[in-house]
Amino acid sequence: MSSTNNSAVKSAAETQQQVRNSLARRYRAERRFRFYGFAAVTAGIAFVVFLFGTIFAQGLSVFQQSYVKLEVFYDPETIDPAGNRDPDDLVVADYQALVRAALREEFPQVEGRPNLRELYGLMSSAASIELQRAVTANPDLIGQRQTLWLLADDTIDMVLKGNVSRQAREDERRLSDQQIGWLNALEQRGDLDLRFNRSFFSNGDSRDPEQAGVRGALIGSLLTLLITLLLSFPIGVGAAVYLEEFAPRNRLTDVIEVNINNLAAVPSIVFGLLGLAVFIGFFGMPRSAPLVGGFVLTLLTLPTIIIASRAALKAVPPSIREAALGMGASRLQMVGHHVLPLALPGMLTGAIIGMARALGESAPLLMIGMVAFIVEVPQGIVDPATALPVQVFLWSDLPERGFVERTSGAIIVLLLFLLLMNATAVWLRNKFEKRW
Amino acid sequence: MFQKPLISLTFAVALAAGSISASAQAARDFINVVGSSTVYPFTTAVAEQLGRQGRFKTPKVESTGTGGGIKLFCNGVGPQHPDVANASRRMNANEFATCQKNGVKDVLEVRVGYDGLTISESKRGPTMTLTPKMVYLALAKQIPDPANPSALISNPYKNWRDIDKSLPNIKIEVLGPPPTSGTRDSFHELYMETGCRTYPWIDNLRKMDEKRFKRICHTLREDGAYVEAGENDNLIVQKLEANPNAVGIFGFSFLEENLDKLRGLKINGVEPTFETISSGKFPASRPLFIYVKKAHIGVIPGLQDFVNEYVSEKALGEEGYLADRGLVPQPKGDLAKTRADVKALKNFAP
Repeated sequence: MSSTNNSAVKSAAETQQQVRNSLARRYRAERRFRFYGFAAVTAGIAFVVFLFGTIFAQGLSVFQQSYVKLEVFYDPETIDPAGNRDPDDLVVADYQALVRAALREEFPQVEGRPNLRELYGLMSSAASIELQRAVTANPDLIGQRQTLWLLADDTIDMVLKGNVSRQAREDERRLSDQQIGWLNALEQRGDLDLRFNRSFFSNGDSRDPEQAGVRGALIGSLLTLLITLLLSFPIGVGAAVYLEEFAPRNRLTDVIEVNINNLAAVPSIVFGLLGLAVFIGFFGMPRSAPLVGGFVLTLLTLPTIIIASRAALKAVPPSIREAALGMGASRLQMVGHHVLPLALPGMLTGAIIGMARALGESAPLLMIGMVAFIVEVPQGIVDPATALPVQVFLWSDLPERGFVERTSGAIIVLLLFLLLMNATAVWLRNKFEKRW
Repeated sequence: MFQKPLISLTFAVALAAGSISASAQAARDFINVVGSSTVYPFTTAVAEQLGRQGRFKTPKVESTGTGGGIKLFCNGVGPQHPDVANASRRMNANEFATCQKNGVKDVLEVRVGYDGLTISESKRGPTMTLTPKMVYLALAKQIPDPANPSALISNPYKNWRDIDKSLPNIKIEVLGPPPTSGTRDSFHELYMETGCRTYPWIDNLRKMDEKRFKRICHTLREDGAYVEAGENDNLIVQKLEANPNAVGIFGFSFLEENLDKLRGLKINGVEPTFETISSGKFPASRPLFIYVKKAHIGVIPGLQDFVNEYVSEKALGEEGYLADRGLVPQPKGDLAKTRADVKALKNFAP
C-alpha cells in the first residue's frame, strides 16, 4: 500500500517532468499537422489557380474579335436589278459581291483571279450575311454608301491575337505572305482592329470559328434546366415530405430509402441509356430535344433533391410540429403552414446544387442525341438543342485553331453560369434560413 | 400553399410533353444526320452551307461514332429515324443486314473523300522515315523473333534505332487513339496489318485463322511505348509540342491546321500531303462515306439538296470549302463516278 502511495507521489513530480519533456514534441507534432493541412489547402488552391489560369489565358481573347472597316456601296445593280424592292429578291441577292467590291476598292492594285481569291479570303462569310440582314431590315440603304466594321476570317483573327506568328514561314501557316502584307497595311490604316465579340453571344454553333457562338448552347442549357427544375423540385419535395412526415416506418420505406441513396451515386450515363430506352424508344419523343434532356436530368437530380429535402425537414425541431398539432392543426396544416416554410431554404439549396450538377452533365445527353451540331438557336422545348458542356466537348475536338479559344470561352460562360446559380443558392439560404 | 402551383405546373408540363411529342414526330422539317466524329467536321460544313441558302433549315448533325450512327440509321424508316449516317469506314454486311431487316431497303452510298492517317512529330523532333513494318515492330505486343521469324517473342525494342539502323536512337513513344475510336480501327488496318503482313506466314494466317491473325496484328504493347492519348486529337498535338521525341497518330486535317508546330512523317518515303493522299500514293489513307436513306428523299425537305450540295464542285472540288477544312478530295475520275451514282441514286450493296 505504502509503496503504491510512494510511487504515486513520486509519479506526480515525474509526470510533470514527463509532460514538460514531451511538451516540445507535442507542439512540434501540432505544428507539423498544421503544416500538412496548410500544404493540402495550398496544393488545392494551386490546382484551381492553374486550371482557371489556363482557361482564362486561352479563353479571354474570345470576347474580342477581328473586324475590318470597309466602305460598302449597296449597289442597286447587284441587290435589286429589277428595282421593285421585292423582299424575296432582297434575301437571295449576292451580298458577297458587295463585300468583294469593297475589298477591291480598298486594295485597287490587286489583280488576277488567284490574287483576288486570296484577297477575298480575308473576310468571313458572315460579312455578307450581315449586309443581307441590314438590307432586308431597311431597303432604303440600297444605293447608299456606308462604312461598316465587318467580321474578318478566323485565320486573320488568329494572327491578330498572336496565336499564329507573322514571322512564320509561308508554308507553315494558312495565310500567304501577300495576305500578311494586306493585313499589315489594313492595321496601319487603322482599318483592322479587335472589337467586342458580339456574335459569340448572339450566334449558335458554326463551322467557322469566327461565327461560332454560345447562344444556342446557353438557351439549350436554360430550357433543359427549366424542365428539370419544374419536374424535379415538386416531385422531390413531395417525396421527401411524404417519406419524412407521413410514411410509416417499415421495411418498405427502409428499402426505398436505401435505393434513393444508391441512385444518387449511379453514373450519369446510365440515366442517359434509360432516357433513350423509355422516353425516345417507348414514348416516341423527339431526339435532341431539351424536353427529353430535362426528363433525363430530372431522374439524375431527383435523389439529390430528395436527400437534401429530407435533411432540411429533419432539421425543423419537433417542438414546432408538436405545438401546431397541440393547437389543433391537422397533419397537412402542420406541414403546409409550419414545417415546409421553415424547411424550404434548405430544400432550395439542395435543388440548386442538384441543378448545378445537371448543368455540368454531358454524358447522358450523348445518348439522347444532344451531342450535335445545331446552328439554329432553339425556340422551344422540342426544338433540337445542345447544352454548354456538350458545346465545350464538340469544339475541343475540331481542328481549326480558332476553336481552342472558343472552347475556353465556352468554359468561362459555363463557369459564370454555375457561379450565378451557386450565388443564388447562398443568397436564398442567408435570406430565409432560420437558426435554432 | 407552396405546392399547389408547382403541382399543377408539373402536370401541365407532363401533358404538354405528351401532346408535343406526338405532333413533333408527325413531321420533321430538318435533316437529321448521325455518325462518325471523323466525318463530322465536313458534314457540318455542308449542313451550314445548306442552311445559309435559306431554303431549308440547317440539318442537325450528331457525333455518335460510325458504329453507333449506323445502328441508329438502320433502326427503321420514318421521321423519328435519321436520314443520313456519316461513316469513316464502309458499312459492313452485318450492318446492312440489320438495315434490311428493319425495312431500310434502299441505301445510297456516297464516297465523300479521303482522310490520311498521319504519324506526326514536333518540328523540333528528329526527322524519321517510317514504313508500316517499322510501326508494327515498334508497337505490337508480340513480334516475330528476328533470329527465327516463325516464332513470336514479346516486343524487345526500346529505341527506334533497335528496329532499324536508319532511325534515331531515341525512345519509342507513340501517342494514339484509345480502342473506342474509329481512328484506332483505321490505324490497325492501315499500319499494323500492312506491317505484319510483310511476314508471309502471318499473311497466310489471315485466311486460315483470322482470330490468331487479329491477335498478332492488332494487339498493341502495354509497356508505355504506346500511349493512349484520348479521343481528342488537339490534345495529342499539344503533347507533341511539349515532347519533341514523341510521335502522334491522327487525321490529316489536324496536321494541316498545325503545320507551324508539326511535321508529318514520311511513310514508305511518301510525305502526307493533299496530292499524295488524294492519288493514293500515301499508304495510309482511308475513304470517308455518307449513307443516305433513299426512302426519306422527297419526304424530308432538303435531303436531295443536301446530297447535291455535298458532291457539288464548290464543296468537294479541289478548291472546294471541304478541302479548306482538310478533307482530301477524290481524284477527278472517282468524283465523276460518285456524282453519277448520286444522280442515279444507285443502291448500295456491301
